[in-house]
Amino acid sequence: MRISSIYKIKNGLGKFVAYTILIFVALACIFPLFWMFGSALKTQSTVFSDFSLFPKHMHWENFTIAWTKAHFGMYFFNSVLYTVITVGGLVFFSTMAAFAFSRLDFPFKNALFLMFVCMMMIPLPGQFVALYVLLTKLHLVNTRIGYILPQIDAGQALAIFILKTFFDNIPRDLEDSARIDGCNKWGIYWHLAFPLAKPAIAVVIIFNCLAVWNEYLLAMLVFSDKSLMPLPRGLMVFQGTHMTEYALLMAGVSITVIPIILVYLVMQKYIISGITAGALKG
Amino acid sequence: MKPKSENKINISKVMDLTTSYLFILPALVIFLLFGLYPFTQVFWLSVHNWDGIALSKVFVGLRNFIEIFSDGPWWNSMCHAAYIALLALIFQNALALILALLVDKDIRGGNIFRVIFYLPPVLSGIVVGLIWGWIYDGNYGLLNHWLGFLGLEHLARAWLSDPKTSLTCIAVIHMWKGFGWGFVILLAGLQGIPRALYEAAEVDGAGMWQKFVNVTIPMMIPVFVLVMIMTILGTMQIFDIIAATTNGGPGYATEVPVTRILASMQGASRFGYACTQAVVFGVILLIVSLTQLRISKKMKQV
Amino acid sequence: MENRIFRFLSIVVCAVIFFSPTSGCVSKSSQKDSKPALVIWHWMSDREDTLQQIAQQYETETGVKVEFQLFAPSEAYGNKVRASAQTDTLPDIYGILAETRDYASFIKAGFVEDLTPYMEANNALWKKQFFKKALSMDTFVKDNQFDVLPGIYGVPIDVTNIQFLYNKDLFAKAGLDTNKPPRTFEQFKAVAKKLKENNIQGLVSGWGEIWMINCLADNFAWNIMGQDKILATIKGEVPYTDPDWIKVFSLFDEMGKSGLLASGMITMVNKHAEQTFANQRAALAFNGSWCVNVYKGMNPDLNYGVFLPPKISDKYPVVVWGGAGSSFKVNAKSKHKEAAIKFLKWITEKKQQIFLSKETHNLPSNRNALSNLSPHLKQFASAMKNTVHPSQLPNSEYPRVIETMGKGIQLIIIGQQTPEELAQKMQKIKEQEMKRSEKYNKK
Repeated sequence: MRISSIYKIKNGLGKFVAYTILIFVALACIFPLFWMFGSALKTQSTVFSDFSLFPKHMHWENFTIAWTKAHFGMYFFNSVLYTVITVGGLVFFSTMAAFAFSRLDFPFKNALFLMFVCMMMIPLPGQFVALYVLLTKLHLVNTRIGYILPQIDAGQALAIFILKTFFDNIPRDLEDSARIDGCNKWGIYWHLAFPLAKPAIAVVIIFNCLAVWNEYLLAMLVFSDKSLMPLPRGLMVFQGTHMTEYALLMAGVSITVIPIILVYLVMQKYIISGITAGALKG
Repeated sequence: MKPKSENKINISKVMDLTTSYLFILPALVIFLLFGLYPFTQVFWLSVHNWDGIALSKVFVGLRNFIEIFSDGPWWNSMCHAAYIALLALIFQNALALILALLVDKDIRGGNIFRVIFYLPPVLSGIVVGLIWGWIYDGNYGLLNHWLGFLGLEHLARAWLSDPKTSLTCIAVIHMWKGFGWGFVILLAGLQGIPRALYEAAEVDGAGMWQKFVNVTIPMMIPVFVLVMIMTILGTMQIFDIIAATTNGGPGYATEVPVTRILASMQGASRFGYACTQAVVFGVILLIVSLTQLRISKKMKQV
Repeated sequence: MENRIFRFLSIVVCAVIFFSPTSGCVSKSSQKDSKPALVIWHWMSDREDTLQQIAQQYETETGVKVEFQLFAPSEAYGNKVRASAQTDTLPDIYGILAETRDYASFIKAGFVEDLTPYMEANNALWKKQFFKKALSMDTFVKDNQFDVLPGIYGVPIDVTNIQFLYNKDLFAKAGLDTNKPPRTFEQFKAVAKKLKENNIQGLVSGWGEIWMINCLADNFAWNIMGQDKILATIKGEVPYTDPDWIKVFSLFDEMGKSGLLASGMITMVNKHAEQTFANQRAALAFNGSWCVNVYKGMNPDLNYGVFLPPKISDKYPVVVWGGAGSSFKVNAKSKHKEAAIKFLKWITEKKQQIFLSKETHNLPSNRNALSNLSPHLKQFASAMKNTVHPSQLPNSEYPRVIETMGKGIQLIIIGQQTPEELAQKMQKIKEQEMKRSEKYNKK
């Protein structure tokens, strides 16, 4: 990984301070993850009585039990499907819209943009009844598409907002030279703006993957078929109204967290490789 | 000849506009269907008295809106959320910026840190609630243990049950869980600054501080505004952490708008009034965000 | 490399946009072919497996297919039921997780079948097999405030009640008699003192959840002033500033001051309280009968006993909150009403009740199915005769007043409010709410 250095800390004290901060915060961030993983290796009776981070007797079988008991195979497939489609659709629709709001001129542009911004503000509780009535009218209840479209809507306002901020930063002269080269609007969008906005797109992907991956309220509302539901439905088996199976739940949560961290690992490269790499190819 | 060419221009103009609208069309269609329609329904319900079940709704005009003005717990909850938002704006974003700056430069282990800092947002609410519940616990809590270690036993308490500390404790959890978002965006913003600008500044003999003030800050203003607005939106809608720790208690000490809206909707069976609260809440957020955008535009012009 | 990923993504998206509507339809139509005869919506995620077994059992016995569909957590379940009521798509059998007020609204909207004729048929054969109190939450009495026709509108599949528990080992450690849990409030305070001297944490409970505080407050109120006076208070004939009510609130003040309550208790969620008690970090707990199963999982060796709330007054009997744990309603608009009722009759039969209670460690609603209970559950079962619940009254208190009481008691416990202040505050809010509802009703 190549990072161009802007600020160089030369003296030792500065380096010491910098690393102290980094390591301290890093420990605070990583500890819960270890705890979660350690708890996944304990049993229901030792989760809250055994305080060692990793127990003497590791119950690795918790992971397989959690996997089968929660029918993770089916739910994993569903969740991957929903996440890829929702986030994929979201990225394309919102980059296009953000590009238009940032780079093109047309009547009602500002009013429309304002409308999207308004959408971010009204909190969700209260909308579910109207949404359900709508989905019923459209015959989208208990269908995959009926789950995906509202989620694209839920994510796109913020995505457009983030992307517009970054599109606004693209220098005009790059756009002009592309236009001289004979690019039309679609060309500028696809060959110039899209590659240049990769860090921002990566951010949008990271945020929305997490949101879609963990979503369950909408899933419970839209689906009645178990076979269509996403991963959090599987985890519900371990959390009763009164009874929670902590060790298995932690094993399940540990499993579900891995794909999200992987997505982040892949995407953060785009954040870092940043504008220079994109500009060369554009 | 003449009219023909005019016609041509018109056609190309229309075509041009159509392409422009095509860009926003998919987003707009989804928005109109799944965003605007429920949105208008919430507005419509906000002028009704409805328990969320009955088949008929009683139109009450603006009575719900009048009532909300004298709803003490509601405005209290707004203040609580605003307090957390203020803390988050300052401390969470400062931390995110410092970390982003540190990691943005060529530092050993930068990759690992970048990944680790995004872990808290990824963690499930259950884990967060259990861990922090344990830290703040009055009898077996880590925090009290550390205080004892430092000889500060007299400060020890049940942190979440003391109205003096509960809200701030919630804010700390929220900031810990939230700074990863800001970190990621700020990092993307820093990476988006053309390196040529820094090189030019270096040629002019600028030091670290000058580069930061003259290049980084001006280029980052739009991103700062973005992060600030996201922080406010995210914090004002805080809910999960409260549900996992205090449930709004002790008394009303950690009630926030979303818990109040849910209390009206489910506890009190006043769906219409809950929608009124949602509308008022949304309008306030909108005003705050638009003001911020305005200010940032002005700053940019300067 | 980078471009390849983006290209791949774009292909996937395009493909999906074209195919997903059809895939949605396919799954829908295939579902129609195998449409089950009876659909039941439930929220009990920890009993999902058992309920599936029950469904299978029913199908082999009768040939009628039953499908249990789980929606959890209860918040999501509540949303689903409310939203479905608006589109008239409720299933054949479902539960209502809400207060009496909402329950009444469902009934008045025509979503709940009146089961009284079935309950009363054959000399009330069905009705008689339940614990007497099990049906009280599903019964609307004459002249109730909600104008619901009197009748029985639901079928409980289990019962529950909330009592005190004590850790016998910790009692022994503190030099207390392990077979004599406190019976009066004075004894209760003496126990607190003993525990405190021995540095043992006292009572834990989920008092961060308001309903659990109100539950104990109700127990005290019932014991001090009896049902009639409580009803009169709800009707607005007796103010909350009445000395009896102040007495109820002051008991919490005393408990707070005596050091009986575990630290952090007023913001504790019940699951945290259960962890604490199960791991012997507190000697007393206030919890529902479901806790037997929870403690068994977390600490199988936990040595504990169950006791009724301490007695305050001799005027009225000591009571505990309780009644139906989970109950099902029949959708009055369902096409399979008779089949649904038949199934509910079957699931409350002795054999199925024994099976359910054995698998899920809950108290059965059928009182003839107590044979296989664990000793702890038996103790809970024996208190079923003492149970009361606010929903058995014809009138309900306003939600805002209930909220004020729970939150106010939290503040009393930490000394931020006096019982008198709370009483006045509650009375004020009560009067506001009465005025408001009068205004709406006139319209």
